[in-house]
Amino acid sequence: MTPEEFTYLSDLLREQTGVSLSEDKSAILEAKLMAVVRSFDFNGLSDLVAALKQGDGEVMEAFTEALAVNETLFFRDILAFRHLEEMAFPFLLKNRREGSTIRILCAGCSSGQEPYSVAMVVKDFLEKNPSLKVEIVAIDISASMLSKAKGGIYTQFDVQRGLPIKMLLKNFTKESGAWHINDDLKQMVTFKKLNLLNDLTPLGKFDVIFCRHLIKHFDLVLKPVILEKFADILNPDGLLFLGEGETTLGLTESFRSVVKSVPYLFQKISA
Amino acid sequence: MKTFLVVEDSKIIRTIAARALQDMGFATIETGDGETALETCKKSLPDAVLLDWLLPKKDGFAFMAEFRKIPGAEDVPVIFCSSKTEPEDIQKALDAGADEYIMKPFDSEILKLKINLIELEPE
Repeated sequence: MTPEEFTYLSDLLREQTGVSLSEDKSAILEAKLMAVVRSFDFNGLSDLVAALKQGDGEVMEAFTEALAVNETLFFRDILAFRHLEEMAFPFLLKNRREGSTIRILCAGCSSGQEPYSVAMVVKDFLEKNPSLKVEIVAIDISASMLSKAKGGIYTQFDVQRGLPIKMLLKNFTKESGAWHINDDLKQMVTFKKLNLLNDLTPLGKFDVIFCRHLIKHFDLVLKPVILEKFADILNPDGLLFLGEGETTLGLTESFRSVVKSVPYLFQKISA
Repeated sequence: MKTFLVVEDSKIIRTIAARALQDMGFATIETGDGETALETCKKSLPDAVLLDWLLPKKDGFAFMAEFRKIPGAEDVPVIFCSSKTEPEDIQKALDAGADEYIMKPFDSEILKLKINLIELEPE
């Protein structure tokens, strides 16, 4: 890959998805894009660059699919899910009108492990608080990841990554060697294809946003832009869960830290 | 430093698991059968056990039945580890007192994530 090709491709990736790549990721970028080169029968990376420059929509879709951040697992940073159940839900129950629906957004849901983990926590909470109504919306830029998420079928490897064994037995059915998430959980999550760089307001307002291990891939210009978008679609005093090591501090004035011991949980500051 | 007892009759799996646990900062004791494992526990209780199901002399279930009777062992986390992957098999292990369950084959990342679930720190 020439330096010019790297500059063009990394700029395009940032423009399309917000993800920034430093030059030391050039080899990884090339390796991922070679699959696209092969799938379109191009002679090499230069053909791919030419097709992208011509604005070929199909190639562009394959380009963003190939470079989407897909790493995920069930109950990633399990403490976040405990805080959802033990801090966020009681807080929202206390501060929302009776009968109102608590809406949760999982932004960058990849193949579904995160929204289904949230759904499992919600399901357990609903068993103890049956009057509560919860809606979970999960968005991602990748059509192939959303298709996997909607299917809710996971390998033995997938279900061993982060999922407590009792949750597996309670919420999955094993069929033909694969683990299928049960219909009651599937019905709790609505999946939508949406780029975080696009307008998020048609999704409506939320009480909780989960966006974990994603904004770290954005540069310092885009991070505050995305965080402001989250603030726009959060209800007053709504909660934002980021990934471990991610923060809003120094990036936006729209959020405040909730408690020092949970450094990835933030609350929207009401105007 | 916390000690993990690894009870596994396959020397390869036992060695790989023990090495992964050591890399995470645990001390390890290795045994290849349930009877020796039980004797080891009676002398000195480990902080956690990684336990194969099918074992010579005493299998994982026979081990569990006697292990939980050792004073202090009631709360020692046990991760069952087996190539049996049907839900009813897993339920049987949980009913016998397993805290977590690993389906073989597994890698060091899965082992680490399972240890996170039982909330055991190496120190």
